[in-house]
Amino acid sequence: MEAILALEDGRVFRGRSLGMVGLTTGEVVFNTGMTGYQEIITDPSYRGQIVTLTVPHVGNTGINDDDPESSRPQASGLVVRDGSRYSSSWRSLVDLDHFLRTHHIVGIEELDTRALTRHLRSAGVLRGCLASNGCSVEQALAAARQAPALEDQDLVSQVTCSEVQRWTQGRGPLSGKGAAPRGQGRRIAVLDCGIKRNILRLLVDRGFDVTVFPAGTPADAILASEPEGLFLSNGPGDPAVCTALVETIGRLIGTVPVFGICLGHQLACRALGARTFKLKFGHRGTNHPVRDERSGRVAITSQNHGYAVDPDSLPAELEITHRSLYDGTVEGVAHREVPLMTVQFHPEAAPGPHDAWDLFEDFVDLVEQRRPLGDLSRRRTA
Amino acid sequence: MPRRMDIKKVLVIGSGPIVIGQACEFDYSGTQACKALREEGIEVVLVNSNPATIMTDPDVAERTYVEPLTVASVRGIIAQERPDAVLATVGGQTALNLAVELDAAGVFEHYGVRMIGVNSKAVEVCEDREQFLAAVGSVGLEMPRGSFATDLEQARAIRDEIGFPLVVRPSFTLGGSGGGIAWNDEELTAIAGRGIDLSPIGQVLIEESIIGWKEYELEVMRDGADNVVIICSIENFDAMGVHTGDSITVAPAQTLTDREYQLMRDAAIRIIRAVGVETGGSNVQFAIDPDSGRMLVIEMNPRVSRSSALASKATGFPIARIAAKLAIGYTLDEIPNDITKQTPASFEPSLDYVVVKVPRWAFEKFPATAPDLGTQMRSVGEAMAIGRTFPEALQKALRSLETGRFGLGGDGTQVVEPARLNERMATPNWQRLFYIKHALLSGESVERISRITRVDPWFLKQIEELVGVEGRLRAFDLESVPEELLRRAKRFGFSDRQLAVLLDSDEQAVRQRRWELGLRPVFKRVDTCAAEFEAHTPYLYSTYEDECEAEPTKRKKVMVLGSGPNRIGQGIEFDYCCCHASFALREEGVESIMVNCNPETVSTDFDTSDRLYFEPLNLEDVLEIAQREQPDGVIVQFGGQTPLKLAQALKQAGVPILGTSPESIDLAEDRERFGALLGELGIKAPEWGTARSLEQAREIARRIGFPLLVRPSYVLGGRAMFICWDEESLSVMTRKAVAASPEHPILLDRFLEDAFEIDVDALCDGREVVIGAVMQHIEEAGIHSGDSACVIPPYHQTVRKHEPELRRITRDLALALGVRGLMNIQFAIRDDTVYVLEVNPRASRTVPFVAKATGLPLASLATRVMLGRSLAELGVREKVVDNAVFIKEPVLPWARFPGEDPVLGPEMKSTGEVMGVGVDFGEAFLKAQWGAGEDLPTEGRAFLSVHDRDKPGLLAVARDLAGLGFALLATGGTAGFLREHGLEVETVFKVNEGRPHVVDRLLSGDVQLVINTPLGAPSFYDERAIRLSALQRRIPLITTLTGAASAVRAIRTRQSQDLSFRCLQELHGQP
Repeated sequence: MEAILALEDGRVFRGRSLGMVGLTTGEVVFNTGMTGYQEIITDPSYRGQIVTLTVPHVGNTGINDDDPESSRPQASGLVVRDGSRYSSSWRSLVDLDHFLRTHHIVGIEELDTRALTRHLRSAGVLRGCLASNGCSVEQALAAARQAPALEDQDLVSQVTCSEVQRWTQGRGPLSGKGAAPRGQGRRIAVLDCGIKRNILRLLVDRGFDVTVFPAGTPADAILASEPEGLFLSNGPGDPAVCTALVETIGRLIGTVPVFGICLGHQLACRALGARTFKLKFGHRGTNHPVRDERSGRVAITSQNHGYAVDPDSLPAELEITHRSLYDGTVEGVAHREVPLMTVQFHPEAAPGPHDAWDLFEDFVDLVEQRRPLGDLSRRRTA
Repeated sequence: MPRRMDIKKVLVIGSGPIVIGQACEFDYSGTQACKALREEGIEVVLVNSNPATIMTDPDVAERTYVEPLTVASVRGIIAQERPDAVLATVGGQTALNLAVELDAAGVFEHYGVRMIGVNSKAVEVCEDREQFLAAVGSVGLEMPRGSFATDLEQARAIRDEIGFPLVVRPSFTLGGSGGGIAWNDEELTAIAGRGIDLSPIGQVLIEESIIGWKEYELEVMRDGADNVVIICSIENFDAMGVHTGDSITVAPAQTLTDREYQLMRDAAIRIIRAVGVETGGSNVQFAIDPDSGRMLVIEMNPRVSRSSALASKATGFPIARIAAKLAIGYTLDEIPNDITKQTPASFEPSLDYVVVKVPRWAFEKFPATAPDLGTQMRSVGEAMAIGRTFPEALQKALRSLETGRFGLGGDGTQVVEPARLNERMATPNWQRLFYIKHALLSGESVERISRITRVDPWFLKQIEELVGVEGRLRAFDLESVPEELLRRAKRFGFSDRQLAVLLDSDEQAVRQRRWELGLRPVFKRVDTCAAEFEAHTPYLYSTYEDECEAEPTKRKKVMVLGSGPNRIGQGIEFDYCCCHASFALREEGVESIMVNCNPETVSTDFDTSDRLYFEPLNLEDVLEIAQREQPDGVIVQFGGQTPLKLAQALKQAGVPILGTSPESIDLAEDRERFGALLGELGIKAPEWGTARSLEQAREIARRIGFPLLVRPSYVLGGRAMFICWDEESLSVMTRKAVAASPEHPILLDRFLEDAFEIDVDALCDGREVVIGAVMQHIEEAGIHSGDSACVIPPYHQTVRKHEPELRRITRDLALALGVRGLMNIQFAIRDDTVYVLEVNPRASRTVPFVAKATGLPLASLATRVMLGRSLAELGVREKVVDNAVFIKEPVLPWARFPGEDPVLGPEMKSTGEVMGVGVDFGEAFLKAQWGAGEDLPTEGRAFLSVHDRDKPGLLAVARDLAGLGFALLATGGTAGFLREHGLEVETVFKVNEGRPHVVDRLLSGDVQLVINTPLGAPSFYDERAIRLSALQRRIPLITTLTGAASAVRAIRTRQSQDLSFRCLQELHGQP
């Protein structure tokens, strides 16, 4: 069945239907990772977005039980060159098309994803409408233009957990390089803005006692659980609209060692007075080089962010610890006086390289020492 | 870290001749490395015995030594040049092994030379299984179970422990040669026995079989600050059990989840650290059990490799170039990505396309060898194709191979024998893919085929979809086929030729219809980053989608058509010429556009030309590029037969052909018209005739008489070329020749026995002719020129005497044919008469050899001539070679094809060549032999056995050998003859005369040199056994008398002289 992707600037791409037949809208973005579509589709940070995968064949290994990053698909829509109807993996349970239909996700395939990516690269991310329900181009264009902008949506509330819960599951099979459970059962409070499960798994594997709090939890309620560390999660949307969260985080910084990833990083920086801004087409992929400015070492990182922290707005007490080698944007900061470190990229990977897993070790140290780690030129090697 | 300033002069070691398992990928990597080092102001000294390479061009390094890759010669060069460091990671296993030997011999320590990139220790760890196992184990990874055996008893003990099937790998042989898979005791005895023999240390590894597991490779790079990146993942279509070099491979890996891929990535990084590769590229191979996901490490190469060349082309990330920069101290984040310019090399390329590599084999040249595939690499070349999907890339790759196929079947050619379907799927072989397709077409399930072939079902499912499209197409003809279906077919990579067969039409009509519908390919860029950043390098491939990124310029431009996959008869020499065309175009201010599909080559480096189209060299694909680019001209005379076959059709389509006209090229191939031209010019040729049937062939034989040279027209490398001595062989050979090239008549020439053969390469601008060189073959006429050793300048007085005549005929023919560019003529001299054997108004295989021997850049000059410059204007002068002797020696793949009779004939069998440079003939020949891996003895016993007609000639050779202190051994007839002439000879039994016979003596290591000239085809059992035994025991084997005479001169040199080493720059009087 025919399907179209109409963008707000009038550009229309054609393809065939994949997944559920229907219509969906969202911000159209692209991800250049070559593996990990299941993780991407289920990553809550993609809430409100139609994700284009630049790798041509998607779905080759089906969908399994071990790899989802949340309980269900989160992206608003999926754009691929070729959606495989056949899964080849001993872990596969269902094929991609079936999975998308089951979860009511509209997709499109046989589309010139490279042309779309080049368009987004030069025009910047755009709102779009993905339709396989036979609607006209005009209708689709209108729907794209009427779609709410990311900036106008409270997406975190759609993806955060509904109640406080403990997380006890680690990476399990196919874990990769083992981690010593040095966390000694220390209590970690996780502020869930749409957390990826692999962060939780890695925290558990490091020996932490992990409790997940809904994003709306007041600071006092979190402190009442006497956490020895606080984790600020990734999540969807514009950090500028998360004013309540920023306030909560502002109250927690300094009282407890903090580690933040992605949205968590942006919110922490905002809580300390920095500004954030929207990138033209964001960073989404698994090949992004990030240099640790203290050690000079380069990590290949998994990234998924449309916003970044403005380096000129950083307060003096924040030190830039990581920078993107693609465009020089801020990829991580540390507080000079209180135990806080945050990164813009995704050290938990899933999908992507494990180069920055060491940051979870640093978090163990941060929680143990309850003071800034200072010069981290010592690095553990695999 | 900035670069190390203590390194000012680096010795780069090349990989030597093209052999199976080590091809022109190392010319590509070596050339890149030299360029990268020189950019940093480092003085580069290069040693490589292969003159056909771009890397041995005098402007690639400061000092270029075309010398044997042996400890003795490289020690001499180091003593002379005193480099600070040696880079051995870009010259394949040959360079790495040589560096380790030099290190062990104390050469590096003595001269204060450091190994950069990788040290001996790391090489040793990778090569020594025990050490590698320990390294792998130390980072928590597994390898297949197994251990070493040095005799059959140990082999059986390992069998008892592990059980069949067992994989046997001889230690320290190139490309796994001599290995195999044993399913029973008999096979174990045979394979392990042979492997122990072939291994230089008499050892084989016997391992648990993981046949049928999924096979992967990762290309890894590490810098001096311990940053590690993965450049490319490669998945083999053929499961474990088929050598990677013989597997169809796909990039990026298609059937791994992110979890599995990241575990593999982590493993590769841990291994490169554990092994201790300091900087540079490495390749790690893995196997995964498809049922459980269990991952095993197979091996690691601590250097750039065939796979890294493929990965470089597949991703646009120049691995060898970056490896060279890392070796001198840079870190990855300090080196820019040349394609994006904005981003650094410290990243991992992202592909938004699929790359498929398909090997090309030459089994037709080795009829005694079963065309099955195993752990020993047999392919001689490969084609790579890029498409947006796997089916598209696969079909493009298949038609890139030029094996007469235009995709995955549906092209009017049927190779499948349905009765053998299961067998041909179960045993990997070079046509298995077509059997798989046939099975799918007959409705076999993907699951069943996967069970039989062990090919991952995902790939099979993709092929099944393709087969589905073919099925739909068959229901229509060209008029009735719906546009939507035609578009879909093109998106699945179907060629116009396939569509013509499936739609019952012809290629031209399909193209017409397609163009009317506006159904044209678009060109997309390979940019390392899946379009995330702008690509500044036009490295393009075609596909059928919406947006075209070709963005042709309005500059004056010329398109160069490459030579496609390497094969015996058409290899690196033609790529050399194409690269020179490109360089010359740039220098002349003309935009160069390269079209080629061979991932091993320098020509497909995105840096070589202004624009690169990585596309099949089929008419359809070339026409589409020409339509898009609208070049001012196309160069077809440099890429061997591949572009020549397209010349007429391109011209008819209105594409301007530069240089010699296609009509002239055809005229030289057309015996009737060419014969008339020779007659007009008063030039002699052997009597000849053309035949289209056996009857006609017999008729000609009656007229001319035997022996006759029989061959098809329009083939290169002497494919299906035979010498017939009688009626019976004539009928057999005529049939074969007709089969090899059914569209063209076969040629029959009077064969000139015992004639001198001469090659001449020349340049012509239509007014003036410049002779590049006159080369005398060491072997007589009748041995394919590509398999003959040849010498500059001519060394025999008869040839010298006729040189002026040879030059005059060359001039006359070049002008008469209207040559604009290069021309090659083969002459024979017999009974003081000069005959023209063949004229080819195009680049020949000897062009790079001539360039290295004379300093005349023939291909570059020819390009300028084709652009309209005159030879006078270019100031080209003929070079007199008087300060050295240059000998080109072919390298033959006998060790890969154990059952083949190692004898030379009119069909070319060599895969590569080396050059020997000497102050005299003896030194040049000795070095050529060394370069080719033959170590001539200085003492011992020589066995002589020759054809009756060679006996008079043998006398001088035998006398010389005796004079040099050799004991002589011969069978009855020859021994008697030599004794009659006063020589002391020991007589030995022939094989059927009693024992110990000659083969017993050979096998017991009693003989150091074998001279055996064949007694005419078909050779009988005795001498075949002698040759095979010599080969097996690695006893130098000489099968021509002229070769024997040359060897004697070389042995004399070896006994008496110190060797000299002069670089090309010095030889050709450059500063």
